Amino acid sequence: MITEYLFYLLSFLALMFASMVVLTKNPIHSVLYLVLTFFAIAGHYVLLNAQFLAAVHIIVYAGAIMVLFLFVIMLLNLNKETEAHKSIWLKGSAVVASGSLMVVLVGALKGAETIQTTNTFNANIGLIENLGMTLFNEFLLPFELASILLLAAMVGAVMLGKKSIK
Amino acid sequence: MELNFLIYKVILVLIVFSITLLVATYSTYAERKIAAFLQDRIGPDRAGPFGILQPLADAVKMFMKEEMIPSVSNKILFIIGPGLCMLTACMTGVIIPWGKSINIGGVDYPMQIADVNIGILYLFGVLSLGVYGIMIGGWASNNKYSLLGAIRASSQMISYEVAMGISIIALVMTTGTLSTGEIAAQQTSWHWNVLYQPLGCLIFIICAFAETNRAPFDLPECETELVGGYHTEYSSMKLGLFLFAEYINMFISSAVISTFYFGGYNMPLIGRWVHDPNWLAILGFVFLFMKIVGFIFFFMWVRWTLPRFRYDQLMNLGWKVLIPLSILNMVLTGTWMMRHEIMAYFSK
Repeated sequence: MITEYLFYLLSFLALMFASMVVLTKNPIHSVLYLVLTFFAIAGHYVLLNAQFLAAVHIIVYAGAIMVLFLFVIMLLNLNKETEAHKSIWLKGSAVVASGSLMVVLVGALKGAETIQTTNTFNANIGLIENLGMTLFNEFLLPFELASILLLAAMVGAVMLGKKSIK
Repeated sequence: MELNFLIYKVILVLIVFSITLLVATYSTYAERKIAAFLQDRIGPDRAGPFGILQPLADAVKMFMKEEMIPSVSNKILFIIGPGLCMLTACMTGVIIPWGKSINIGGVDYPMQIADVNIGILYLFGVLSLGVYGIMIGGWASNNKYSLLGAIRASSQMISYEVAMGISIIALVMTTGTLSTGEIAAQQTSWHWNVLYQPLGCLIFIICAFAETNRAPFDLPECETELVGGYHTEYSSMKLGLFLFAEYINMFISSAVISTFYFGGYNMPLIGRWVHDPNWLAILGFVFLFMKIVGFIFFFMWVRWTLPRFRYDQLMNLGWKVLIPLSILNMVLTGTWMMRHEIMAYFSK
């Protein structure tokens, strides 16, 4: 019962913060609202008993990526004067395009049915022991491929960070 | 039962919170006294006997000073900054096992607020959020020096988090758990993790110094280069909270180092003389505190002994020395743990 209330509370918070990201004028405020959105989503992970995912979500997104965003935006010092002015035609076409996307989404979701899952759900699948066993047995190849992708990104970042490339 | 449990947890949280604040308060006094001792002075001795009321006098001074918020600053974020610093500093105490559980009337009362099975990850999550208080405070001041100080502080913390994380991975490999309660429980008698992970322990302690912005890594505060630091524009108790958060971080780091590497609440040979489990639990709490006080003294001893780094030296040490060393430590640990399999493979 209490988890249901928590779910609605967290969903409300997540949606509110997510819309605040778009609605605030100040880019720093947008970043901070996005961090709060990540917290609400991490709360959802905890409700699903996926504590590992929640912790990693906070560490990676709120703790690392958003800090770098904040760095860049703070150093650029964006404010109203430096904001690029868009023409009225651009604004109008953006409204039309996103409005029709919303119509499509509403139309698609209206026809959708709720699917009853047939296979039984293991409530402890999100705990770290089970997650590790699954990752290193069933999904070993995709996991290793993802690690190679990360390694390549890391090498690329180091190359870009070098002062002079011979 | 459910209600009792809830009341017990609330009381435990309050106790841990007040102990944290008390120890941090008296750390400021200890810092002055130790600095005085190392510099052959007397130190504060006016307020009360031996100056033990000095922290109270400091607090009154901080609260009574004029409060100034710069008119060009972002007011809400300016106020949130120091609050966030204090919040993240206090949050880590939740996962530290302060002692074994005490048995009263057949019910076990554990001395750990939450033994979550991802304790170490929780620790890192909170640690990585610690950057926000400083960055928000520094940016909201709308002052170039504050911003530079904030960026210095946060890039230092981010850099040393990496080495800290990798050194902890080796610890997780040997202990086989992410729960802080279990890590403390495994280190009975002389099985302290520092004996199994000496290099990892050294890296962790160095990174803890950098994470708490303590000397010799206190680069975010620099009068000659940055006027003050990320808290240049702060006055009164808001400045006090920023400085106080540093002492809380120092206390919590000492507790974490003692728990992870120095046996936590365990003390060798004590089981020979004391047999009652409740007394053992209370003694364990006392032992943990002795270790914590020892580490706080170590933090201060280093501060008043070593000269500080230059900023590029700090970055070089973090990225080019500590991270490769911690990766080496991880590889060596893995090789040692798999030695039987490796030997079997080559002797085939």
